[in-house]
Amino acid sequence: MTQDILKVEDLKAYYQMNYFGIEREVRAVDDITMTVRKNEVYGIAGESSSGKTSFIKVLAAAIRPPFRVINGSVKYDFNGKPIDITTASEAEIEAIRWKHLSYIMQGSMSVLNPVRRIGRTFEDFAARPLGLSGRAFRERVVTHLAKLKLSPNVLNAYPHELSGGMRQRVTIGLATVCHPEFIIADEPTTALDVVVQKEVLQLIRDIQKEMGAAVIFVTHDMSVHANVADRVGIIYAGRLVEEGPTREMFFAPKHPYTAHLVASLPRIGDTSQRPALEGRPPSLADPPQGCRFHPRCPLAVDKCRREVPPLETIGKDHRTACWRWQDVKPLDHVHRANGQEAIA
Amino acid sequence: MSALLEVSNVSKVFSMGGLLSRHQVRAVEDASFTLEADRPEIFTIIGESGSGKTTLARMILGLELPTSGEIRFRDKTVSHRVGRRERLAFMGNVQPVFQNPFEAFNPLKRIDRYLASTARRFLKLSDLKAIDRAMDEALVKVGLSLAEVRGRFPHELSGGQLQRCAIARALIPNPPLLIADEPVSMVDASLRMAIVNLLKALRDDFGVSVIYITHDLATAYYISNRIIIMQKGRIVEMGDARTVLENPEHPYSRLLKASVLSTEDAGAGKLATDAEMVRTASALAGAERSRLAERPDGRLVRVYEGA
Repeated sequence: MTQDILKVEDLKAYYQMNYFGIEREVRAVDDITMTVRKNEVYGIAGESSSGKTSFIKVLAAAIRPPFRVINGSVKYDFNGKPIDITTASEAEIEAIRWKHLSYIMQGSMSVLNPVRRIGRTFEDFAARPLGLSGRAFRERVVTHLAKLKLSPNVLNAYPHELSGGMRQRVTIGLATVCHPEFIIADEPTTALDVVVQKEVLQLIRDIQKEMGAAVIFVTHDMSVHANVADRVGIIYAGRLVEEGPTREMFFAPKHPYTAHLVASLPRIGDTSQRPALEGRPPSLADPPQGCRFHPRCPLAVDKCRREVPPLETIGKDHRTACWRWQDVKPLDHVHRANGQEAIA
Repeated sequence: MSALLEVSNVSKVFSMGGLLSRHQVRAVEDASFTLEADRPEIFTIIGESGSGKTTLARMILGLELPTSGEIRFRDKTVSHRVGRRERLAFMGNVQPVFQNPFEAFNPLKRIDRYLASTARRFLKLSDLKAIDRAMDEALVKVGLSLAEVRGRFPHELSGGQLQRCAIARALIPNPPLLIADEPVSMVDASLRMAIVNLLKALRDDFGVSVIYITHDLATAYYISNRIIIMQKGRIVEMGDARTVLENPEHPYSRLLKASVLSTEDAGAGKLATDAEMVRTASALAGAERSRLAERPDGRLVRVYEGA
């Protein structure tokens, strides 16, 4: 039986500001319920200002005012040690951070301290959680780096001496050296070139398999999700709008936004006109009434403008928040033809 | 038949390092291609970072001078070391679109101010109504209107809208050539296709040639007529976009194509890159003697002597 490592329930986290008597509320995370299982890669897709980074901040227990959790719980289960991020004390969070819960960050150049050698950075991050020092620590790091195909020499290098791909591998090394059970990867390959991107993705996948860790993989690039994630969740304007197994999400999406994301991917060998989505992502300070996607949705009816669609379960592991999910067709005929064979 | 842009045997060498330890970086080596004036096209330059694609674009814009070789636009050498009048005339004809629209616009200035100053400078307009008309015409071409944009600051628009404003600004002098350096890499997925479709419409409906610089093979295939693939400053393959991308011949082009993440087998977790391919391709980057050879289907491929 697969076990859940993370359970998020009815999570609402808002930025609440009150300057000179003017109150402003940004509903960055609005009513998200989801789970992540052990040993899986869960992909989160969404465009900028959709609230995906805010959501990850909550998961990583990096909640600082004016960002506040309003409602709901975020429960981790690290080998029988349950912890609820929203109520845990600073010391309890400190104890799980890096050892159980770690983070691969986006810009490797701004993550690594430019005036410290990589080896020192490793000591700063990992020496205490591992409880090792001196030679034992160095040996542990070197064996770990070997798995990432990095030579021990990088420990003596400064970040600027390494290439972008190597730096990103170093940050992956930092995040995984303590063998955490849960890793959050925030756009880890966005700044990389195509060839290097593929290598780094492969590496994340391999190391995840080997350690049996759960990974939350955030990127707006659907083609990355296609190749890395086991399940994909789509966030739009602070809400989870669809969630399902990767294959189904690509070949039989049941939310018009997902269908659009998949259909707009250009592919080599196909020059048919790709549709573009009109309009702009809604402001989270003043989201539209009803379904937040309705101003841009080709299927919108009156009901969508008035009532918020709930996230319904419509198949095994497949949930969608759309009143008209039965009418959602994959926009792309090639995909549809391939997909129906594949799913049948 | 006249050439709009003629790039002949252009090389650029940067000298790096201190007084005692200078070394030379060959950013672009012996690049040649021609864009015809009477046949608008989207000409794509593909390469990874460090392949020299941006340096080449900067040379075409006249921001850098080639170390050797010559770039001619309408039979005039491109250079920033010319008189002001001549430089302005060139800038009216070749306009850039940059990667990050949020960095291209000053956040403290209203967007219409940029558009108006471009109209004033290049169209030599002074009448406010005429300026408004020129701005509106350019904005309508990109699917916006002056009423939507007037008085707005960059942060009030989405990335996609802002990038369209950047393209509208570039279109005000009615240039025959746009240089777009990674125009979609900072734009969200749902808006990306709007920009790419816009570039296509500019070519088809307004006869604007576009030099589209990217590392994304899929959008390149979608819109381009011709492409060149650059590896470490060298053109390794050049020709019709569809022919080259469907069936790349040079090992580096093949590696790039193999690295494009496909969605065909979504969920299958197929990621492995053939290590042999990477080795073959990177070995060729440093090869000394090579030349471009023509193939029967019209493409040019770099071949290496002694290999």
